[in-house]
Amino acid sequence: MSNAFTIPKFQLPGFIASLGQKLPQWPHALALIASLNVAKQMKLLPEDSLTELNDKLFFVRVRDTGGEASFTYRNGTFRPVFRSEREPDLAFSANLSAYLQLLARQEDPDTLFFNRELEITGDTELGLLVKNMLDAVEWPTLPRLPRLPIADR
Amino acid sequence: MNPLPDLVCPAGSLPALKAAVDNGADAVYLGFKNDTNARNFAGLNFDTKTMADGIRYAHGKGREVLLAINTFPQAGRTGDWHKAVDAAVDLGVDAIILADIGLLDYATHKHPQQRLHLSVQGSATSYEAINFCQREFGIRRAVLPRVLTLAQVEHVINRTTVEIEVFGFGSLCVMNEGRCWLSSYACGESPNTVGACSPAKYVKWDKQPGAMETRLNGILIDRFGDDEAAGYPTLCKGRFDVLGETYYALEEPTSLNVLEILPEILKIGVRAIKVEGRQRSPAYVTQVTRTLRAALDSLCDGNERFHVKPAWQAELAKVSEGNQATLGAYNRPWR
Repeated sequence: MSNAFTIPKFQLPGFIASLGQKLPQWPHALALIASLNVAKQMKLLPEDSLTELNDKLFFVRVRDTGGEASFTYRNGTFRPVFRSEREPDLAFSANLSAYLQLLARQEDPDTLFFNRELEITGDTELGLLVKNMLDAVEWPTLPRLPRLPIADR
Repeated sequence: MNPLPDLVCPAGSLPALKAAVDNGADAVYLGFKNDTNARNFAGLNFDTKTMADGIRYAHGKGREVLLAINTFPQAGRTGDWHKAVDAAVDLGVDAIILADIGLLDYATHKHPQQRLHLSVQGSATSYEAINFCQREFGIRRAVLPRVLTLAQVEHVINRTTVEIEVFGFGSLCVMNEGRCWLSSYACGESPNTVGACSPAKYVKWDKQPGAMETRLNGILIDRFGDDEAAGYPTLCKGRFDVLGETYYALEEPTSLNVLEILPEILKIGVRAIKVEGRQRSPAYVTQVTRTLRAALDSLCDGNERFHVKPAWQAELAKVSEGNQATLGAYNRPWR
């Protein structure tokens, strides 16, 4: 239907997750949190929804890379949590391809959730708020690349 | 040939509105960020500023914006619903979709020039009910509940000058629209009262080894094995133990999909086709809008006989609840 580039559903080989779990978790946790803070500073995230995130503990796991990140939102900033002593208020778990498809707005989060490709556990209302907050973000449009002849086939 | 029905698509956010407009919706419908609409979920819907932006975007591309104020004013708070009607008029929406007779009366007296539609939540299934709302409140369009057969829809169309809008795609519920209290039975809140069916604060997804349990205010709705698709956490879609047998006692999770009967829908003079799902993402709106647009456009090609392309069905099946689709009541053999 569309000739646009699409992200396929894929699962990385098992050894990557077992390797990933042995690597330090802080680099990608910091990258994720830095991205969230940039999005906030660019005023892409709605303030009324952000206040609802105060002091909540979030956990994101990428199943097939073994990557994990815990973070919270406090005093207007997303902050990493390296040692958590309580259960997260909201936890996401999915393969890398599902996260990429979500970010690219290629797949619907409800579809991924009901197909069990995206697991969301914890406070359901908070999960819905985060989902709707991300859906409402107007990502800045990137400069359009010149169309290749192949795209017009 | 009748004019092609308008394609009316849902928008729970500005990106979803733009997705609908950019993929061929003739109109988008939306709601305020409060309980005056039946999709009152955390983080969803429009404040006045984003709504003004959305209206500007849609009007700039020649599309209509319909605003749903489709819940029922609660005791002592009628003013909030009146304010929503006034705000909708100030914003310049093309039509307001109302369900409550008191609000219809308010809107038609306070804003006689404003176009009004009767919401599906108004539960009008007969031409008598629709003509009553036309006579008393000047409604220009009615959205039919999903309980009528195609022949019954035609019967209504032939006996009214009010435009008729029907559902074309989206999750099905028990379709007792505007009269369903199942959610209130479980948790004391329902679409008519708080603008949400099975509000998220009552829902618990409980992961256990090999299974996931869904509870609504403590009531076990369903238990899914790891290889099973999950469903919405509503009473009507639960699996219950009835006389020793566990099954979907009320209905199976399923989606309505009218692609197959689009030529008949055109023939009987339906004025607009509505897509369900303001709670869904911009990705869903994109997929469903562009598919129905392609199907509708091929109807008026005229050169070839309409046939449903497998690619359309595949695209819609992907976002269907329960991964199955039906024609719902439209082709029901009984009345």
